[in-house]
Amino acid sequence: MSEPFRIATGGDVKAGAPLTFMFDGVSYAGRAGDTLASALLAHGVHLVGRSYKYHRPRGVLSAGAEEPNALVGVDGGAGRFTPNLRATQVELHDGLVATSQNRWPSLAFDLGAVNSLGARFFSAGFYYKTFMGPRAAGLRAWKNVFEPIVRQAAGLGAAPTAPDPDRYAQFYTHCDALIVGAGAAGLAAALAAGRAGADVILCDEQARFGGSLLQERTATIDDAPASAWLEAALAALAAMPNVRMVARTQAFGHHAQNLVGLCERVGDRDSAASEGVRERLWQVRARDVVLATGAIERPLVFPGNDRPGVMLAEAARAYLARWGVAVGRRVLVATTHDSAYRVALDLRAAGVGVAGVVDLRDAPTGELVEAARGAGIRVLAGRAIKSTSGRLRIREARIGPVASTEAAQEERIACDALLMCGGWTPSVHLHAQSRGKLVWAPAIGAFVPGQAAAHVRSAGACNGAFGLAAALREGDAAGAAVAGGSARAYATAHDPPQTGARDIAPARSAAAKDKAFLDFQNDVAVEDVELAVREGMRSIEHVKRYTTTGMATDQGKTSNLNALEVAARALGKAVPEVGLTTYRSPYTPVTFGALAGASRGDLFDPVRRTPIDPWAQAQGAAFEDVGLWKRAHYFPRAGESMAQAVARECRQTRASVGLFDASTLGKIEVVGPDAAAFLEKMYTNPFAGLAPGRCRYALMLNEAGFVIDDGVVARLAPDRFHVTTTTGGAARVLHHMEDYLQTEFPQMKVWLTSTSEQWAVIAVQGPRARDVITPLVEEIDLSREATPHMSVREGRVCGFAARVMRVSFTGELGFEINVPSEHGRAVWEAVWAEGASREAVAYGTEAMHVMRAEKGYVIVGQDTDGTVTPDDLGLGWAIGKNKRDFVGKRSLARPDIVAAGRKQFVGLLTEDPAFVAEEGAQIVDARGGAGGAALGHVTSAYFSPALGRSIALALVANGRNRIGETLHIPIMGRTIAARVVAPTFHDPQGALLDV
Amino acid sequence: MLLIHCPYCDAARPELEFRYGGEAHVARPADPATVSDEAWAQYLYFRANPRGLHAERWRHIHGCGRFFNALRDTVSDRFVAVYEAGAPRPDAAETKR
Amino acid sequence: MSEARAANPTPPTPAFPDDAEASLQSVGAAARFVLRGETPAARLAGEALGVAAPGRINRAEAAGLRAMLRLGPDEWLLVADGEAPAGLAGSLAQALDGTPHSLVDVSARQVGFVLDGRLAARLISAGCPLDLRDGAFPVGAATRTIFLKAEIVLWRRAAQTWRLEVWRSFAPYLIGHLAEARRGAADL
Repeated sequence: MSEPFRIATGGDVKAGAPLTFMFDGVSYAGRAGDTLASALLAHGVHLVGRSYKYHRPRGVLSAGAEEPNALVGVDGGAGRFTPNLRATQVELHDGLVATSQNRWPSLAFDLGAVNSLGARFFSAGFYYKTFMGPRAAGLRAWKNVFEPIVRQAAGLGAAPTAPDPDRYAQFYTHCDALIVGAGAAGLAAALAAGRAGADVILCDEQARFGGSLLQERTATIDDAPASAWLEAALAALAAMPNVRMVARTQAFGHHAQNLVGLCERVGDRDSAASEGVRERLWQVRARDVVLATGAIERPLVFPGNDRPGVMLAEAARAYLARWGVAVGRRVLVATTHDSAYRVALDLRAAGVGVAGVVDLRDAPTGELVEAARGAGIRVLAGRAIKSTSGRLRIREARIGPVASTEAAQEERIACDALLMCGGWTPSVHLHAQSRGKLVWAPAIGAFVPGQAAAHVRSAGACNGAFGLAAALREGDAAGAAVAGGSARAYATAHDPPQTGARDIAPARSAAAKDKAFLDFQNDVAVEDVELAVREGMRSIEHVKRYTTTGMATDQGKTSNLNALEVAARALGKAVPEVGLTTYRSPYTPVTFGALAGASRGDLFDPVRRTPIDPWAQAQGAAFEDVGLWKRAHYFPRAGESMAQAVARECRQTRASVGLFDASTLGKIEVVGPDAAAFLEKMYTNPFAGLAPGRCRYALMLNEAGFVIDDGVVARLAPDRFHVTTTTGGAARVLHHMEDYLQTEFPQMKVWLTSTSEQWAVIAVQGPRARDVITPLVEEIDLSREATPHMSVREGRVCGFAARVMRVSFTGELGFEINVPSEHGRAVWEAVWAEGASREAVAYGTEAMHVMRAEKGYVIVGQDTDGTVTPDDLGLGWAIGKNKRDFVGKRSLARPDIVAAGRKQFVGLLTEDPAFVAEEGAQIVDARGGAGGAALGHVTSAYFSPALGRSIALALVANGRNRIGETLHIPIMGRTIAARVVAPTFHDPQGALLDV
Repeated sequence: MLLIHCPYCDAARPELEFRYGGEAHVARPADPATVSDEAWAQYLYFRANPRGLHAERWRHIHGCGRFFNALRDTVSDRFVAVYEAGAPRPDAAETKR
Repeated sequence: MSEARAANPTPPTPAFPDDAEASLQSVGAAARFVLRGETPAARLAGEALGVAAPGRINRAEAAGLRAMLRLGPDEWLLVADGEAPAGLAGSLAQALDGTPHSLVDVSARQVGFVLDGRLAARLISAGCPLDLRDGAFPVGAATRTIFLKAEIVLWRRAAQTWRLEVWRSFAPYLIGHLAEARRGAADL
């Protein structure tokens, strides 16, 4: 297929065989080096999308990142669908498949365009008004009427459905100077900083460095054509090892202390070279940042300014110079600024028909204006575009005097492209994000950088300094300043000065039918902003939210200042008095893939596994997540349900012996002459009298008196303790202890070391536990007398240095063997082998929970919720009565803590022994539930194999005094009666522990 | 992500290595048993929430492990001073870092 | 069974695409102790170890396969590659006797890796936000820091050689991310 609008080659377009691509199901030919936009324009295709609200046909507006209209979905196949890409930035490759958005059933015939007829429906404040009025009616109307329509009609593109198969990388990096933007200013800055030896990163969002130099055909720098200077500059930078140059890289966020987010589109360059890495997110910490981000041309505001074929003027120059594409055969230019004359001249020189330049200024003068006149281009001064026509592409424009509303005075000019220039807006986004101030520059009618954050400089057009000479001068000065180098002077020529005017408000023609759009992406027109002001919005932030102007992915790149001017005029204020909305990151959308990086799937979170985990996996254990840990939940045999497996594990442990992997327990070694005194502060219990070799169950409170953790404190020596914490509490408890040690008790000679992962812990529980481990243990007498319940011994197990604690979380005779992690599996397997002849069973966390509940042992975090005191739990015995102070003690005497009626830890037995209550279920005192007072809730509930019935633990108001009462659990439309009992169901005397 | 100067490491380190620790200079009473309910409630629950300079605790938890104090401007997020735990709050006028 | 026989099997290093640009090796068995206390304790431990105790925070000193890393004002990590902890524990305890301190065996708590090559620092920067350039993190610097959601100890042994220590259960996460970073840095 020929490309009728490709009138030249060179620039970005590379020689060679044409590429084939699809757009909305039609196959086209393009060239290597094209963007999707330039390739479509080469075929004369301007219509590329439908607008967000009114579904109006829209065309390519720009040639860069500011594009609000040409948003496309690109389908790379197999999960590689990306919505909302700007066609002006999508690099063409062979086989590219792209689709337009917001159209149904097709781009040319769109049913959603009826929205234009019912425009009231989408007027400013639509969302707010929908919720006004009687609340119920508003909500019903929203749900039944508006939401379905809005969901069908609105929205930007479609989210992909398949998992993203691509790879994304993230790196932190540091540099002396980050230079954002590689146009004339950025290149001059990089050259100056690089020459001075600074560690420089130069990034640009485009595939090629050069910025506006890439479309510069007349100006010279140091007597060389701009293109030659560019080539030499790039070569010089490439030769500097201290300069890193990254193309296709958008600086999208500028945060405190010069942390700048860059997103590099690696896959667009060469996916083979990077093993399928599609994008790379750089978090750059730069000592200094030079912003050389240029300026964005401003659209003109006139009725029908959104027709396909209406474009920004400089974009037409870029398409011509860089991709050899004429945006039309007969173009009309409308401007308030000299720069559009340069566009007209370049187009005319390339043989494109120029119907004229409509200049809103009464008497434009200057070198470029005269050059245009001299070239025979018709200049219509003091005139404005009054309206346009053409269904899917502009056909004609009506021109009239700026202040006129009379259709009779209008001239009709036929054209197939209308190029507009309302002046230039410096791209101050990153400066503003970095908390730099903005000041109004009346001469250019725009905000420019004011006081910058530390170590941030703006140079060139983004600083409001337009023109090649200014860009080079400011870039060079900024680069020299950050690197301590000296500035140099660049000589430029054929770079005529360009001025413009901003305060021109053409009157709306009586004949105009279309809206005059401000924000193309959000479909906000002049009348919407005026309506918002009429309805009472005074702050620009309110206008923004009421109309949605400047929102979404576009962030108002082309629209902000025009909307601000309309709002200011409606408010009768000057623009700087109206203020400016916040510039938000990201500058252009960043994929979730880039933000996630490699942190997904198995690498999203650390997956912590114990040394014994491979054994459990080989046994077919089911696992559960406990924090970051994977813990064996239960060990099902073939055909067993979870309930059956858990019941078997419990029964067998109580009948003979069970093995449990307790390696995830937190462990802290507390060492030093003040170790006991410190632990007395940290826990409710006394430790001074705890003899070496003995253990104590310990409760930890916060200063408010509430239980935050529990564990076993084992005294190994007068100055050395082995302390265990809950699995989930390990890091928190150590932090809590360090806090008190460092900031409240710094005089204590004691030190804390986490040993959680030093020790693998094998719990061996059950009446035959001693028989199983005795053959493996050396140097320790495990007899009832020598190693009583709650004692700790150091010796050897299977030949490895070990700490053996006689403790029980099942109520049975129990030992916990601590061995260095690397030997955990070997010792486990040795114990398992010994257990084989004694009917040993491996049990998981569910059976552990059931057996501890049968004993009424608390699990902190399950049976407690941060408002529970030791007495509430019936653990008042764990408080050292003679201790003057420990963390939380004072709070235990607060009036509300000692008041009657607090929720207390009790057991519940449901009337129906088969019914297992839901954990979290409410408990009330009235049958039927209705009208009854809520007394508490169920904290744990299981089917107990030891009792052959269900059991539950609960926190119930005044619970200990209610023992014997029947309370009720309302659930699923009925209530379950349950008797309050003491929270110890199995072996309440503890006889089984003392064997 | 801020850079925070750790007074023990004497180096600016990434915020990700630190954990915030609430208001500084809230000393635990030496003998809590003698403190009134009102004073104890003040100690437990009442904290400053200034717009401007705030003395607060940080811990270089993924670094040297030490708690220290900082004066931070809650408007600009700027750290005006960092100092070791136990040291008095510096005079804001003479703190420059 | 003897302790020696159980030759300290550290977790196997999962596939990491070693090449001239970056290689990741497991350190293997090592004795490790956390020493807490004041400077005199560190000096005595250093003498017992045969290593000069590093005086500055975030510095390491090494002699042969033994090293001391000062991770905090009162914290040193003692490492002896290839050694069993039992023997060293005795000599350290003897040297430190009478000086207030805490010496805790953490040999099995963590595992060590050496990451080597032109891209080594880059791969660490996939998860570690520290400035690893020569001026900020010279050879001999050592610190506790973070790598994404894992805490690590990072020690620069030579210009392109880095030692990483990580708690055992976080090792697969660390290695997995380094391997991903190696792919993500293929063209750098």
